[in-house]
Amino acid sequence: MSEGSSDETINSDTWVPYKDRPEWKDITPIPQDDGQEPVVQIAYSEKFKDVYDYFRAVVAKEEKTERVLQLTKDAADLNPANYSVWHYRRMVLQELDKDLKDEMRYITQVIEDHPKNYQVWHHRKVIVEWVEDPSKELDFTRKILRDDAKNYHAWQHRQWVLLTYNLFDKELEYVDTLIKEDLRNNSAWNQRHFVVSNTTGFTDDVVKREVKYAQDYIKKAPNNESSWNYLKGVLLDRKLSQYPGLKEFCQKLYDDSHRSPHLLACMVDTCEEMLELGCDKPEDVLQRALELCTALADEHDTIRGEYWQYMSRNLASKYGKEMPDEKS
Amino acid sequence: MGTPVKDITLPDNAPKTLLLQKHADYIAAYGNKKDDYEYIMTEYLRMNGMYWGLTALSLAGQLDRMDKKEVISFAKSCQTEGGGVACSVGHDPHMLSTLSAVQILTLYDAVDNLNVETLVSWVAGLQQDDGSFSGDKWGEVDTRFSFCAVACLSLLGRLDAINVDKAVDFVLSCMNFDGGFGCRPGSESHSGQIYCCVGLLAITGYLHKINTDQLGWWLCERQLPSGGLNGRPEKLPDVCYSWWVLASMAAIGRLHWIDKDKLRAFMLACQDEETGGFADRPGDMVDPFHTLFGLAGLSLLGDESVQPVNPVYCMPENIIRRLNLSTTDDAENS
Ligand SMILES: [Zn+2]
Repeated sequence: MSEGSSDETINSDTWVPYKDRPEWKDITPIPQDDGQEPVVQIAYSEKFKDVYDYFRAVVAKEEKTERVLQLTKDAADLNPANYSVWHYRRMVLQELDKDLKDEMRYITQVIEDHPKNYQVWHHRKVIVEWVEDPSKELDFTRKILRDDAKNYHAWQHRQWVLLTYNLFDKELEYVDTLIKEDLRNNSAWNQRHFVVSNTTGFTDDVVKREVKYAQDYIKKAPNNESSWNYLKGVLLDRKLSQYPGLKEFCQKLYDDSHRSPHLLACMVDTCEEMLELGCDKPEDVLQRALELCTALADEHDTIRGEYWQYMSRNLASKYGKEMPDEKS
Repeated sequence: MGTPVKDITLPDNAPKTLLLQKHADYIAAYGNKKDDYEYIMTEYLRMNGMYWGLTALSLAGQLDRMDKKEVISFAKSCQTEGGGVACSVGHDPHMLSTLSAVQILTLYDAVDNLNVETLVSWVAGLQQDDGSFSGDKWGEVDTRFSFCAVACLSLLGRLDAINVDKAVDFVLSCMNFDGGFGCRPGSESHSGQIYCCVGLLAITGYLHKINTDQLGWWLCERQLPSGGLNGRPEKLPDVCYSWWVLASMAAIGRLHWIDKDKLRAFMLACQDEETGGFADRPGDMVDPFHTLFGLAGLSLLGDESVQPVNPVYCMPENIIRRLNLSTTDDAENS
């Protein structure tokens, strides 16, 4: 629960509570109104209470001065998730017409300390908008993603910057690097889809390239959910069963003794689609699909046994010759 | 292939039965620890925290252990002039705390303690041109806030105050190639966001717009060998994500695709036998948030000692029924 503190003033032994600072004598702190006054025992909480009592007081009298800027820094440092503090800080920044480069440096530091906090990313976004300078954002998010490749806030921020300022030029390269580093990085696969959708779109040529891309990674790790989902996502508006080479690709993996649930699932999907489209020898295709479902339910994906039994019943009742009426 | 799945193993000595009374005691005591460090630190979550605690107690059938008057007057005192409700007195109003306040007062059948008119117009005022919602007047757009807005207005019977079609369209624009949803168009699918998007579509009667089999598959793929569910591929299982996935599956009528016994065992293992409460994973610190979702999850899994929960509103089913709210498409009912 507790957030680490980066600001040394707040950690050091020389910390002076606001209530003991002569320059704050003019302010009467306002305690939190939660019914009876809490009995604070822990030293750290005392700091917390002190800072926030003064924060409430300056908000109440709408003071927007240099010292309040420092106070919001202390308040944010104690709890970066407090959105009221950030809102107020922005109002003070505007009022004082501050140099926003300093603010960028500051928020960079805060995000590095609290990369999973919603409010700090939002603050950064507003500052980027104010200065209209997105030039550091791709490097910055890259740095954050180096420590946590799935940081949702960093990806959100990055997508916003890419779209707003049209900075897609090298993004596919970047995504490629990430997938090379970790082929299970689902965020990177999602980003790949995002980049293609917002640049070239999924034209026939691009689909061909992307299918091959996904297949190359599937060959490296046939049980990778992300690359299979990407493959199926790329082909969402096309026909799996009619896409050149796809059935053969799956069959080859199967013949090489791979039994990844994702592989078998893709084969089931393909069979289902063939049946839907009225293929030749539907009995054989149905038979094949049912065998795969059984193998998944009983052996290769037992935890999702219910799903595979559902698929199996569904296919049998839709495409089987005898309707399994008597069972129900 | 060779890479091990990211998962945990359940400790042999982990709890195997539901310690319902301990959880109720834990929650009831939590609200009284006002001098607690954690309590002070979570001021910005106070209203949400109250919703988690009170709903958990309702699911345990012990809502009467809290001081109803005090709760109502707290919620009332957090409503701001503009109509939105803040997380605590003196804070700015936010969509998350506004929904929590409405949920809390709905539990007590006491929403008329709020100024409903101004609240409704505050929520409606946060709808953007594209149908999306922001969380407050400065904040980001996020499908979470779309859900909050719609759930809140639906509980108040005031969906007429917003453009529902546009709200639905925005959520549908966040549907991804894998069948899931993210927080904005193009954002990675994420169980929490899926819960919100599915919930919005359930409330507004647009569940038929979902590719149920594709989404259902993505959701049941979240179950790991430990039985727990994760929020995204390659993440660890977690009680709160287990709830969001489970509730989404319930909303689209695919709850039976989960291995219920294994999930139940995982959730039970996340209880703390000594303190009561649930943690995200076995052995971690408990908190009210995971305690609510643990109880709600076990309720959806059919535990009869817990009150039935509505998967969309995450509130006791009898309350949602009292309000005559439907969370299934009419087409699916027939
Ligand atoms: Zn969690």
